[in-house]
Amino acid sequence: MKSILRNGLWTNNAALVQLLGLCPLLAVTTTAVAGLGLGLATLLVITASSTAVSLIRHRVPRDVRLPVFILVIATFVTVTELLVAAWLHEIYLTLGLFLPLIVTNCAILARAETFASRQPVGPAALDGFATGAGFALVLAVLGAGRELVGRGTLLDGAEMLFGPAAAGWTVTLVDGDVFLLAVLPPGAFIGLALLLAAKNRLDSRD
Amino acid sequence: MKTPAIMGHVLLALAPGAAALAWFFGPGVLYNLAVATATALLVEAALLWARGRPVLPSLGDGSALVAACILALALPPLLPWWITALGVACGLTLGKHLYGGLGHNLFNPAMTGYVAVLLAFPREISLWPAPRPEGAVSAAEALRYTVSGSLPGERIDTLTHATPLDRLTTGALSPALHDGTLLAGAAGVWIWVAAAFLAGGAWLLLRGCIDWRLPLGVLAGTAGTASLLWAVIPGAAPPDFHLLTGATVLVAFFIATDPVTAPASRGARLLFALGIGITAVAIREFGAFPDGFAFAVLLMNAAAPLFDYIARPGTVE
Repeated sequence: MKSILRNGLWTNNAALVQLLGLCPLLAVTTTAVAGLGLGLATLLVITASSTAVSLIRHRVPRDVRLPVFILVIATFVTVTELLVAAWLHEIYLTLGLFLPLIVTNCAILARAETFASRQPVGPAALDGFATGAGFALVLAVLGAGRELVGRGTLLDGAEMLFGPAAAGWTVTLVDGDVFLLAVLPPGAFIGLALLLAAKNRLDSRD
Repeated sequence: MKTPAIMGHVLLALAPGAAALAWFFGPGVLYNLAVATATALLVEAALLWARGRPVLPSLGDGSALVAACILALALPPLLPWWITALGVACGLTLGKHLYGGLGHNLFNPAMTGYVAVLLAFPREISLWPAPRPEGAVSAAEALRYTVSGSLPGERIDTLTHATPLDRLTTGALSPALHDGTLLAGAAGVWIWVAAAFLAGGAWLLLRGCIDWRLPLGVLAGTAGTASLLWAVIPGAAPPDFHLLTGATVLVAFFIATDPVTAPASRGARLLFALGIGITAVAIREFGAFPDGFAFAVLLMNAAAPLFDYIARPGTVE
């Protein structure tokens, strides 16, 4: 159990090691809150779909398993999208197209195919959760870094995700833009590369 | 010729262009050069030390200085010092040392730094001081702006003007074209600057420091694409405009000729250089940025291995 958690969060991290789901990862991480929002939505979808795939694993014919998995994932993405639209409408507007696009995140299908469809429900759910949490963590960290370097703020718009009480959480270090490149598309690639380098550096020390 | 000798030649060849820019646009050019070279030496030494390489021999090859000077000359001659410094630091870090240092870098460090600050500080990078004789940036004013990034009151607005390329982007160029006054007045300044860079570049060619295919390809690509667009699209600028304004000559002789980031084989170099000219003119005519050469160079840098692949079995020099 510990190894599943460690795998999903660090050793085999979907974003930093498998480099899966990079499209949403690079596109939405302009602020910490947007990154965390999409990360949590992905976490929800991947946990639910891994659980469901594991539950139906004996009934799905091998030849059509991939379409079935995609259908399961799409179902949970739709549910998540409707939930976010209803309860966190501003986040829904911020994330836009990338919320329904979670269905194309290959990290989710990869977990369904390589793990959940071959394992009992308990480990499958845990694996989905660990993978989702690892992915969400990278999104939040990358978003926070880009927001900090690009705009000089942290947790800007926290009230969109955590309710009105969080309106005061925003930390403004500098007024106005700082290094705009960080929140532009090239900043996403440079930021992700720096995170990858940092992880490899930490790993090579062991 | 060894690397330090080539770099010394390049620095010398940049001098006429730098002098022309300083004469027409004020002493801000010299401040940029000072900030850029100081930053380059510091950052290069720090990165070499961090990578556990011998600092002095590598610092002495002059490649960091050349990149810093080219970047300083590409930037507008009135710029807060931290933008110049950040550009040099980004160029040397992201463009050079993260790839393994001189000889291993995929992208031209000067252009990497230029694009980094162009995207990060679009407002400051688009401010060009008005040239002589209408412009009158005094040494004290330029120094004040370089140090503090602001001038009292609305002074900065009276000092700056729209470059010919700015006017092309905003569509305000057409009347000048029809009057035939394009190459007089403010645009005339750019001819002198281009001529000064051309003189330095021609000397580099004569000394055998650069491959003639690279500047020729850039100029041919620029002229060819500009002629085509001029003939087809109303409102497009004529080819001599594209050849003489902005960074065309600087790129052709000093940036595209970087032996590390250009392809290795002869045919590939010609394709690479043509590609730079074609892309840059397309960005100037259709894009949102006034000048497209920095993007064109980076794009073609990325495609350089592809050009080498296409151009086989051309001999590799």
